[in-house]
Amino acid sequence: MSILDIIKDTNITFEQRVLGLARAAENSIDVLEMTDYVKEYREAGIICDLFEGNAPYRPRYILPDYDKFIKGGCEFLNITPPTDIWEATNNLLMFYKHVPSITTMPVYIGNIDYLLEKFVTDENEDECYRAIKLFLKHIDTTITDSFCHANIGPRETKAGMLILKAMRELELPTPNLTLKYSEETTNKLAIESINTALVTAKPSFAKDSMYREDFGGNEYGIVSCYNGLEVSGGAHTLVRVRLGRLAKKATNKSDFMENVLPKVAHEMLGYIDERIRFILEESVFFQVNFLVAEGFIKKEKFTGLFGMVGLAECVNHLMELEGKNGRFGSDDLANELGENIVKTLTKIIKDHKCKYFESEEKKHLLHSQVGIETDAGESPGCRIPIGEEPEIFEHIVQASPFHKYFASGIGDIYSFDETYKKNPQAILDIINGGFNMGLRFFSMYGSDCDVVRVTGYLVKKSEMEKLDQGKVVLRDTTILGKGARDNGRVLDRKLRKK
Amino acid sequence: MRRAKINKIIKFSNVDGPGNRMSIFFQGCNYNCLYCHNPETINMCNSCGTCVGSCPVGALSIVDSKVCWDKKLCVECDRCTNICLIDSSPKTMDYSVEELLKEIKKVSGFIRGITVSGGEATLNYEFITELFKEVKKLGLTTFVDTNGSLDLREDIYSEFIKVTDNFMVDMKVWSEKKHKDLTGVDNLSVKKNIEFLGELGKLYEVRTVVVPEFLDNLETVTEVSKLIGSINSKNQLDERIIYKLIKYRQIGVKKENLEGKLLDLTSPADEIMEKLSKVAKENGVQKVIII
Ligand code: SF4
Ligand code: SF4
Repeated sequence: MSILDIIKDTNITFEQRVLGLARAAENSIDVLEMTDYVKEYREAGIICDLFEGNAPYRPRYILPDYDKFIKGGCEFLNITPPTDIWEATNNLLMFYKHVPSITTMPVYIGNIDYLLEKFVTDENEDECYRAIKLFLKHIDTTITDSFCHANIGPRETKAGMLILKAMRELELPTPNLTLKYSEETTNKLAIESINTALVTAKPSFAKDSMYREDFGGNEYGIVSCYNGLEVSGGAHTLVRVRLGRLAKKATNKSDFMENVLPKVAHEMLGYIDERIRFILEESVFFQVNFLVAEGFIKKEKFTGLFGMVGLAECVNHLMELEGKNGRFGSDDLANELGENIVKTLTKIIKDHKCKYFESEEKKHLLHSQVGIETDAGESPGCRIPIGEEPEIFEHIVQASPFHKYFASGIGDIYSFDETYKKNPQAILDIINGGFNMGLRFFSMYGSDCDVVRVTGYLVKKSEMEKLDQGKVVLRDTTILGKGARDNGRVLDRKLRKK
Repeated sequence: MRRAKINKIIKFSNVDGPGNRMSIFFQGCNYNCLYCHNPETINMCNSCGTCVGSCPVGALSIVDSKVCWDKKLCVECDRCTNICLIDSSPKTMDYSVEELLKEIKKVSGFIRGITVSGGEATLNYEFITELFKEVKKLGLTTFVDTNGSLDLREDIYSEFIKVTDNFMVDMKVWSEKKHKDLTGVDNLSVKKNIEFLGELGKLYEVRTVVVPEFLDNLETVTEVSKLIGSINSKNQLDERIIYKLIKYRQIGVKKENLEGKLLDLTSPADEIMEKLSKVAKENGVQKVIII
């Protein structure tokens, strides 16, 4: 898009325009070293850095230590620790505006229930409810991007319950929400969460014990779509491979497994490292930003993300090359091939050492990417193509072996009809069963809500309709959602009837 | 080994008792309700062969003068069940207790219990007794959905009742005459069973389908809720008996019946359901569910 096109676009807000212009400026220079292979595969749309830009000047995802901020305030912003709920919510809102990301808006806003809990008492609950509602409404209108993600739990708190209640009442897409779910989570909090999800498509459930293990017991957060990352850290970059397109480069299955796939993985890792080099060595983010200087984030807690989409299409193509007609999602052989592809990638990533990481142990993480609006013909991550999903039970059994490979995010979305509102316990039984089978993340929505989960982020159906009619809408993710709906049939997701 | 004809298994059901459950529908019923929503479960197939030619994908065949159904080929078009003259289905499966248990074990991590339904499940009470004994060993709860027509106070059912955690009983209409018109049998044992199971603390739910203009819904709801109310106050249990009011829906009802007596009948409006729910609550039912 030319500068003038951005200036003249009638479908975007002022903010989106400024952002578009900044992107255009960044993309007017070429400063990253790339091999010919990476250049060619980027051109072909097989390797894709998701519009991160040609000269990355901040990490993609940042997870500040908000707990430290609530306890100690911030010198640079001249904010002292809060004494009540109004100061606490206001302090956070001020801070959020200074947390950059790839979209320029924060993708992680903290375990907001724990952050606010000490200000909520039995006596001031009504007042806190008002404060929390204003807080959430403020986030939705100023952080106009559904990649903004809050966490709650695993413990039940008064603040957590108020947050869920407010979300049910507001029915707004931002912020996205995940409940960290563990043995500590009460049945009441779990059921309240499910009831909320059936109204407003959030929270998702994250299996706390699995993430804790993957992050060596360190504090983690669920951010953006559903990326799991370390608190006080984040991810410098996310580069992904479109496996469906990549498969077309192979002459047969073994060519793919032995040559095509390892080659693309090594090249991608090199490219991820190059982007990290630029952020660390040339951009000045880690030298000058107050988040670093005051210890809200630490360089050594950042990683790089290796994303993948279109496993289903890749497997189906390879099966065809083998003269077999089994399809990913329903055929054992095809599912096995899918898992082998993921295993191969996992091993290559584990064996790779990024020379810009100080610790030997620090590795890039595999991410099952949900896809973007231009991904016609490529299913998100390891998901079964929409419309081909089996019954929920088979679906969970099929999906569960994949989850262990993706410390930094994978998830399936299950849609439930309105009868579940009368029996949310049934959904909890399914989630518990799924987590016991190996799932790490579970998203759901009610088939009758306005806010729906498109791929990883949330949009309002009513806003998509507005956009269809050529009107300006507040959230950039609505535009992404519309693309996913038109190209990916996301709203036809299989409904879970009884 | 005892065997039973199963019409359908729903692996995950959220409307047949607490939490997520596996529902097993037995073939065969001793009622013949006008508004039956799944008439193909009423009778046992006699392998007459009428339906075989109707299958568009060749999923039906006759082997050794018995109708055989190939589940893998079937596209669930329901032509066979629509054409069957005796309200049956060629798509039933024959299970032993062991075979059924195998199916249950596949999903046991996701469910908190089993609900047997029908048709009329209790006609297979001996099979179910054997099944439930095994199901309990898996740590799952056992529920029975019944039309309440068999007199469960009789001795022969004592073992069956012992292994069943809870019952869900249909009370279609309070008036005996209307009940006979609608189902073909009177409802005396239904009323007795509700009292009996209620006193045992094994009555989870009573269900009534609300059909406006056709049945005296107000009378039924009033009387049933009084009955539930009196059991509730006698028992003083924490778990209150649920009264589930179900909207009549045309879907699944036999065409002849829709064209005959049920002509023009539509689903009841929300206001009617709300009004009935209020009546039930006033009569001492704490938990009313409308679906
Ligand atoms: S299902 Fe009905 S039509 Fe088909 S063989 Fe059995 S009795 Fe005959
Ligand atoms: S429901 Fe199945 S068996 Fe019956 S006619 Fe249709 S395809 Fe054939």
